[in-house]
Amino acid sequence: MISPSFPTSRSLAGSLALAFALLAGPAIAQKASLPVSSAPTAAATDAAADTGGLTGSVSDESTWQDLGIAIPAFATDSEVPTAAEGGNTAALGRNLAGVITADLKNNGLFKPTGPDALPGIAYPEVAAPLFPTWRSRGSEMLVQGFVKGAADGRLTVGCYLYDVALGTELARQGYVVQPGEWRRAAHKCADMVYSRLSGESPFFDSRIAYIAETGPKNHRVKRLAIMDSDGANHRFITNGQATALTPRYSPDYKSIVYLSYLNGFPRIFVYDIGSGHQRLVTQSTNATFAPRWSPDGKTILYSMAVAGNTDIYRVSAQGGPSTRLTDSPGIDVGGSYSPDGSKIVFESDRSGSQQVYVMNADGSDQRRISFGGGRAATPEWSPRGDQIAFTSIAGNFRIAVMSPAGGSVRTLTDSWQDEAPTWSPNGRIIQFFRTAKGSGKGSLWQVDLTGSNERRLNTPVDASDPAWGPVLP
Amino acid sequence: MPRLLFGSRPIFAATVIAGSLALAACGAKAPKQLPPEPGTGSTTTTMPPAGPTAPVPGSQADFVASVASDTIHFDTDRFNIDTASMATLQSQAQWLGRYPAKRVTLEGHCDERGTRDYNIALGERRANSAKNYLVSLGVDAARITTVSYGKERPIALGSDEASWAQNRRAVTVTVQ
Repeated sequence: MISPSFPTSRSLAGSLALAFALLAGPAIAQKASLPVSSAPTAAATDAAADTGGLTGSVSDESTWQDLGIAIPAFATDSEVPTAAEGGNTAALGRNLAGVITADLKNNGLFKPTGPDALPGIAYPEVAAPLFPTWRSRGSEMLVQGFVKGAADGRLTVGCYLYDVALGTELARQGYVVQPGEWRRAAHKCADMVYSRLSGESPFFDSRIAYIAETGPKNHRVKRLAIMDSDGANHRFITNGQATALTPRYSPDYKSIVYLSYLNGFPRIFVYDIGSGHQRLVTQSTNATFAPRWSPDGKTILYSMAVAGNTDIYRVSAQGGPSTRLTDSPGIDVGGSYSPDGSKIVFESDRSGSQQVYVMNADGSDQRRISFGGGRAATPEWSPRGDQIAFTSIAGNFRIAVMSPAGGSVRTLTDSWQDEAPTWSPNGRIIQFFRTAKGSGKGSLWQVDLTGSNERRLNTPVDASDPAWGPVLP
Repeated sequence: MPRLLFGSRPIFAATVIAGSLALAACGAKAPKQLPPEPGTGSTTTTMPPAGPTAPVPGSQADFVASVASDTIHFDTDRFNIDTASMATLQSQAQWLGRYPAKRVTLEGHCDERGTRDYNIALGERRANSAKNYLVSLGVDAARITTVSYGKERPIALGSDEASWAQNRRAVTVTVQ
């Protein structure tokens, strides 16, 4: 989907393989038959092979931790007005570099220096960096780029990653975006840098659904809300008249499944983001809650309480009859599919207290996997398949991970009440909410798998129940 | 009261229960005017002189004023009905026996020291425990709706044992 008006001669953009064109639709770009830059692809493949597959430990990151990355303002060949933030392409170039800097800074792996602390670069420098200058500044890596405004308003953004010490280019990508989606170009660039330098899959160009909270503790107003992974483009979805809880983005980002007390009783709804309409997932006189998507988005897992006994069911995302998966007299609740959809990890108190169990997707072969001290709740299978995140309850509530067999338990956070972990699309960051003792105020946090890099996400109001969607196409 | 006890044989059993529970209530609270029998128009018309402080018969206010409590409590992560809760629910059953057309919603609640989904399930258990006990006392199950609010609606706002004990509860609310 390369723009037909795309210049192919004597320009920087012409030398770029366009990895993405973010033009299809107002919200979701289609994964069309785009040519993918061969260099980054090969590099990513090599890096993935180097890691030797999916191992649980990521404790040794010393080789690329604190890597100094210089990210000067993106240059423009001619300063033209744009509807994107900044008003013209020169100002936008600075904003692009700023977003990339913030993305790379916030995962604790790099030490990026942004455009506010760096000199600007001339347009011709983008593809021909002044390596000696950057070496003298002590930069190890360099991200340069350009932005060009087309007559129809669309923007072309180029992104280049250089190894300053070696004086070589490591990766490059180009993106054509509508002005309203300029931040996505920055996130894609940050994803390219992150992937190339870490060997991990990208995750910045993704969105988060969560519950926005306002009002006093005994009268909390809880609204469904969405935002980009960095907190930008925030939007409230529901008005707060009915309590909303536990949202989950569908894998295609077109809808959100969540719990609402609309009409007075807890029921799960699917909210269609494009149309703004929502529908009940099941017609039931019983409470339905804790909804989750299957990895392919075709099935919804949910919990239903019948005469006080809660079990786990699944239903087609299109509706229809439900299939009961558990039948213990205890509380069987939650649930999260393995990435291949063959298994489900869930929570049950059938043994007397909350513990984590695994079963086949059809409900067979249910067995307990958590045997540590205290209780284990809210399990979520990593999209990489190698870890299960859960809430470890032993006095305080902490975020922890374990292997799908229940071993290698590691506690990642230590606070009064950390709850409900969900995964970043690449399975490297865990998001959760932290409740303050006393006030009950909730906030969104992220922690990496080492547990050493923890940060709070900015939200306009208090927040809980965060859930990450996949990387946008 | 004597009129009730000896007036009608078909409802003898029910009125005996009603009478005994009313006496228990009198022992626990300051004496107050008993609500009038429903449908006795003459009694209703005599109410206004003493009226302002007396709740409308069969109303939520009447329910709250008539029963031992609208709320029962639970231990941490439990949903069994203890002895104190039994007495409370018996007083509620007695009121419901007096107003057979009235329906109630039983709300199940939890303290904040549980995960969100689990607490919704636990609140369902608590509401259903209370419902089942009322049904065992003769209240038609069709008159009782349950709803769990999990940890979403605390009444005590502290993060301490005393507050949590208050929040682990099932509340009976009349449907008006």
